[in-house]
Amino acid sequence: MLGRGEIAVVGAAETTQLGAIPGMSQIMLHADAALNAMADAGLKPSDIDGVACVGPMMPQQIAHYLGITPKWVDGTGVGGCSFMLHVRHAAAAIHAGYANTILITHGESGKSRINATPRPAEPEGLNGQFEMPYGPFGPPTLFPIPVLRYMKTYGVTHEDLATVAVVQREWAGKNPRAMFRDPITVDDVLNSRMIAYPFRILQCCLVTDGGGALILTKSDRAKDFPTKPVYILGTGESVETNMVSQMADFTSSRAFRVAGPTAIEAAGIDRKDVDHMMIYDAFAHLPLYGLEDLGFCKPGEAAGFIREGNTRPGGKLPLNTTGGGLSYTHTGMYGMFALQESVRQMRGTAPAQVPGAKVSLCHGVGGMFSASGTIVFSNERP
Amino acid sequence: MLAPGRAKPKPTPETKHFWDGCKDGKLLLQRCGDTGKAYFPPRPFSPYTGTRNVEVFEASGRATLHSYVIHHRPVPGFTPPYAIAVVELEEGPRLMTNIVDCEQTPEALVLDMPLEVAFTPMDEEITLPLFRPAKGS
Repeated sequence: MLGRGEIAVVGAAETTQLGAIPGMSQIMLHADAALNAMADAGLKPSDIDGVACVGPMMPQQIAHYLGITPKWVDGTGVGGCSFMLHVRHAAAAIHAGYANTILITHGESGKSRINATPRPAEPEGLNGQFEMPYGPFGPPTLFPIPVLRYMKTYGVTHEDLATVAVVQREWAGKNPRAMFRDPITVDDVLNSRMIAYPFRILQCCLVTDGGGALILTKSDRAKDFPTKPVYILGTGESVETNMVSQMADFTSSRAFRVAGPTAIEAAGIDRKDVDHMMIYDAFAHLPLYGLEDLGFCKPGEAAGFIREGNTRPGGKLPLNTTGGGLSYTHTGMYGMFALQESVRQMRGTAPAQVPGAKVSLCHGVGGMFSASGTIVFSNERP
Repeated sequence: MLAPGRAKPKPTPETKHFWDGCKDGKLLLQRCGDTGKAYFPPRPFSPYTGTRNVEVFEASGRATLHSYVIHHRPVPGFTPPYAIAVVELEEGPRLMTNIVDCEQTPEALVLDMPLEVAFTPMDEEITLPLFRPAKGS
């Protein structure tokens, strides 16, 4: 059994730039982040013996490009939370002795689309047969499909869903690397351009270029590294369905309800022990579902929890402290950036640092509620 | 006939009966032999128990509006704004569809409103099960 805090993050970095990076192809974004993470950890490619990144045929591309000879690889690709699953799988692999020092990379030319992963139409697939004929056009038309049902069930208002974006912009204002930093109001959100009712553009994630990388090893070795180790206390993962129309309950994600509590239980913490939280916010409803499905709010109460200021700067549960996918950055698979912020908060180096934070919970979503991964970090080894 | 440009489904051996049914004006679901519960999308075994003892049956075509978005940007085959909806069939399963014969506005598209299937051909090969407000509602 993997022990609490047995594995640590000893290297973490984002790409040198975020936003529009027309001078780098997608594989170079992986490499730029990886080189920065190796520099952060004081390691060379020859020190890495495990590689994880998203997608079929990708681990070999990244390993070869970086000059790494891995004895363990993971190409799990379940959408934007894949990196949470990579962390979980890597921790288990290190525990099992399959590898000692694992590099997890993300790079995505989401905006500039240089060597970006193509998204082929699959007319024979279940999505191609039973969703695509009805006019979806990317995540903004699919991810919000459950929202009206959630609003009706719990009496959540358009103003509540606008408030999520307003609060996150407050955090973004404290982050020099955030793409959008100017304060916004609920009226600004509700008057912004309609994309797919009920969501307007300020309730939809950014589309950027960027990447990030993490390096994991045994905590017993972590004192040999230049940075403060960030310990992995608990992890969880799950999937539900790749068709948003088929999720069992439009007001709650089954994948969230499995991954989140699994991680919290493995970490051996109470929810009140969580000092800092990241919930992947591809769209404005995600933080609400996350807070409820992970047990931080009762069903239907997350909107009030956010409205009352609990997740704002100075609130009792600082949430999405970069500004999140709505304001900080979103390459297409934002989960890596949520993990990076949890690591910064645990190191005490975040631009919007939560004073004295000891436990950070990082929760990711993949696809349209189709997958989930959760990691609980701490800067104290149990 | 629908405007050209939509993504066209390509039936597989496991789904052919569904698409053939649509062409014949029948909404065909499947039922688990162990639990009696209906399921969708089509597959030759039950997602509830794994049994291959399943049967195809014709659904009533009655449904309610479960949730939707109204897309405001252009997509081939569609004139914005248009709703992408999920309906709940009387037999239980939900499916994605479009709502026709109805204003594409939040005021006209009321959650839980009764709907009925409106089979609409894409071309000679594929007919889509769209939905419209139920008559008399």
